[in-house]
Amino acid sequence: MRALRGTLPKALSIRGVSRREFVKFCNLMVATLALPPRYLSAVEKALTQSTRPVLVWLEFQDCAGNSESMLRTSNPTVAEFVLDLFSWEYHELIMAGAGKQAEEALERVVREHKGEYIAVVEGAIPTADGGVYCTIGGKTALEIAKHVCGSAAANIAVGACAWDGGLVRANPNPTGALGLQEAVPGLKNLINLGGCPHNPANTAAVLVHYLTFHDLPALDQYSRPLFAYGNIIHDQCERRAHYDAGRFVEEWGDEGHRKGYCLYKMGCKGPEATYNCPTVRWNDGTSWPVKAGHGCIACASHRFWDTKSPFYKRLPSVPGFGVDVTADEIGWVATGAVAAAMVAQVAGNMVRDKMRAKKAAEKASEPLDSRGA
Amino acid sequence: MARIVVDPVTRIEGHLRIEAQVEGGMISDAWSSGTMFRGIELILRGRDPREAWIWAQRICGVCTMVHALASVNAVEDALGIEVPDNARLVRNIIAATQTVQDHVIHFYHLHALDWVDIVSALKADPAKTSQLAQSISNWPMSSEKYFKSVQDRVTALVASKQLSLFGAGYWGHPAYHLPPEANLMAVAHYLEALQFQKEFIRIHAVLGGKNPHLQTFLVGGMATVMDPNEPGATVNPERIDFLLQVAKSAQSFVNQVYIPDVLAVAGFYRDWFERGEGLGNFMSYGAYPQGSIKDPANFFLARGIILNRDLSKVHPVDPANVTEYVTHSWYEYSGGDQAAKHPFDGETNPKYSGPKPPYEFLEVDQKYSWLKAPRYQDQPMEVGPLARLLVAYASGQPDVKALVDATLTKLKAPPAALFSTLGRIAARALETQLLANRLTGWVEELGNNLATGNLRIHNGEKWDPKSWPKTARGFGFFEAPRGSLGHWVEIEDQAIKNYQAVVPSTWNAGPRDARGQRGAYEAALIKTPVADPDRPLELLRTIHSFDPCLACAVHVVDARGHTCSRAEA
Repeated sequence: MRALRGTLPKALSIRGVSRREFVKFCNLMVATLALPPRYLSAVEKALTQSTRPVLVWLEFQDCAGNSESMLRTSNPTVAEFVLDLFSWEYHELIMAGAGKQAEEALERVVREHKGEYIAVVEGAIPTADGGVYCTIGGKTALEIAKHVCGSAAANIAVGACAWDGGLVRANPNPTGALGLQEAVPGLKNLINLGGCPHNPANTAAVLVHYLTFHDLPALDQYSRPLFAYGNIIHDQCERRAHYDAGRFVEEWGDEGHRKGYCLYKMGCKGPEATYNCPTVRWNDGTSWPVKAGHGCIACASHRFWDTKSPFYKRLPSVPGFGVDVTADEIGWVATGAVAAAMVAQVAGNMVRDKMRAKKAAEKASEPLDSRGA
Repeated sequence: MARIVVDPVTRIEGHLRIEAQVEGGMISDAWSSGTMFRGIELILRGRDPREAWIWAQRICGVCTMVHALASVNAVEDALGIEVPDNARLVRNIIAATQTVQDHVIHFYHLHALDWVDIVSALKADPAKTSQLAQSISNWPMSSEKYFKSVQDRVTALVASKQLSLFGAGYWGHPAYHLPPEANLMAVAHYLEALQFQKEFIRIHAVLGGKNPHLQTFLVGGMATVMDPNEPGATVNPERIDFLLQVAKSAQSFVNQVYIPDVLAVAGFYRDWFERGEGLGNFMSYGAYPQGSIKDPANFFLARGIILNRDLSKVHPVDPANVTEYVTHSWYEYSGGDQAAKHPFDGETNPKYSGPKPPYEFLEVDQKYSWLKAPRYQDQPMEVGPLARLLVAYASGQPDVKALVDATLTKLKAPPAALFSTLGRIAARALETQLLANRLTGWVEELGNNLATGNLRIHNGEKWDPKSWPKTARGFGFFEAPRGSLGHWVEIEDQAIKNYQAVVPSTWNAGPRDARGQRGAYEAALIKTPVADPDRPLELLRTIHSFDPCLACAVHVVDARGHTCSRAEA
């Protein structure tokens, strides 16, 4: 264990935490980012800044599912994010202030922390009819997004709706909804964390990464972090061995279903979806949809509501894919296209492989889950 | 006379705006407006009814799963599908878990700060806080040292001058009455509840794959296969043990922390038993079938309606009597906006006619909300935990009656005190207690079925759309945490022709109807005192007591013959 820095005692007393708690916490951060131990000092330094970075969380055409998902984070917990790591100054779902006081808090951030704060966006942004389909404090979501996100140091779009318009944008898109990057083009340092909802483990890792290195992890063409969206679900699936052996669920609740056979014939979209769902899982690594018995709906894929539905329809045969094609072929198609772009596993090597991954990503023609998108 | 505006109303789900007229330090009139619209039902048209639940569930991510359940109920009703007993049990477990979770988060994270002054906690004596905590509960986390550590954390936060989420609160407002020690205890429990909610919801992860937005519902049952000998099965003996263990921990938290806290807070705010009364009409569709879903008599929470605060009579609920008005909503009805429409005949033509943003005030005498105004036999209804508890109480359900009477005795309050802001809070807590206690029983029943070889989880007779009639329609009811939820579906040629949801917060947060009758929020705000119009804390107390959920509330109904003019962007 590296010796703690000289300024630490003071920093600790400011935070009201013991030295032991702090060391434990720093180690946790290092583990979250899957960093080598030598990064411990960088994490320590980041966590003992006298001023915590400011974060605002904007909700537009949303269901608050991404906010709720964030409440379920464990490493760090939401209390640690809000009290110890950031000054989380605006978040409609959980902030103390309301109405005028809430609006003033947001305005103060934009004014006093211009170019320094992080904006997290949840929900789509309606652009039809002058944006009347979502107003907050009498202002349209579009106006707020331009104003707040335009002055942020980094923008994090969480969930499918903020990324690409999500469900709200699904055909016929009654409100002209768009994701953040299309509604407000040209935002700097934008990262998309798709999923319905986003997996808070990934978002936590991105936030801690930003806190530590003032930078975003390696991204793909959709501005998604490769560590979370670089691998095909089918390739990481715990039911994969059954697929390879030709063992499928044929009817809901049949013997194959009880034995955990492959859900491909029930419409599972795992072969066309990327996400680290099977490895990170949900709710403290408890489970994920395929483990719980239902097929994947590819909720982290681009515009999945239209491109991946109907959800119970078996994936069509595509070149190199089909039940009659061997699993090996599938594997080669999948990994061959972007093998170089894939960062090892989960959050692993996010930093060490950063440069390499970026270069590799440039070479990859399109993300693995982009068919039909 | 002053017009006050609270927009955004925070610590709720969604985008709610309240405008209120204040005269002589009291609210004389109020208008509730939903300011966001997505159009999910329009998006559902033409899609496979078997996957409607996946889409509908996204109506709300706070009360996730409730729309999934109402949706499968509706499609099963339309197609005449009866689900296996195990599916009923799993759905009850998932739903009860959702409600317990939602109510705990509501009390601690969405509502508590209306009653708890965090800054005042700095002045608390941790030793006295410990005594206070131990006098009301045997919850183990109650030592002086523990409360000191929580206080240190608050002190550090305030000293940093970066108050984070707590920066814009109404601290020091004269309407805060808790002593510093009670405030400190509440802050500690706010943090503990944050921890609790993410542990407890692992029940959803086991049975639903994830939370929010579970993924194991099926029309005809559940995908949560059961097998006593298969580690790959969703439900096996090991998982039953896990579910039981988590359910029991919820029982402890609710009985030893949540309930004592609610009683303690209520003791300091007794005048709120006389405020925020509202409509006096209460409706519950009933929930948690313990036999066939077709027979509400077996439901754990009863179905019925109470009118004009008369607890001596429970009226039946007939789905045919539910209608919606758009007189004051930003929609148009063919045939005029003065008449209401039943969900099966509903229409949705969004037509915004409010002020051009940015705006300062809404035109409240015209149309002023994206919410419609649902009515039952033309009467506005309050729905939610209070309505459910009152209907169950008035129906004479023994466990509910015993619990309510014992609580009222403890609070030295008559049943009429329940018609209030504090009554809603108490009812929500008591419902949490009832459900947390019942939850373990349902898990045990599921475990018994597993042990005795009753493993059927899905009824696949009608899974193939070719087995369906050319047309079918049905409805599905459920009592979501925030109240009565109904989905109506019309199926034609194997696809959704028409889909509608009439949801809890539309009942509560909706605007006036053609006759000018206020919605539940609007009515409850009348006579609410406002000491400082710049910081309308009291207004928030009453609105929050309903636990608003606006994403749910704003929806497009029907679309029969309505062509959406907007091209896909």
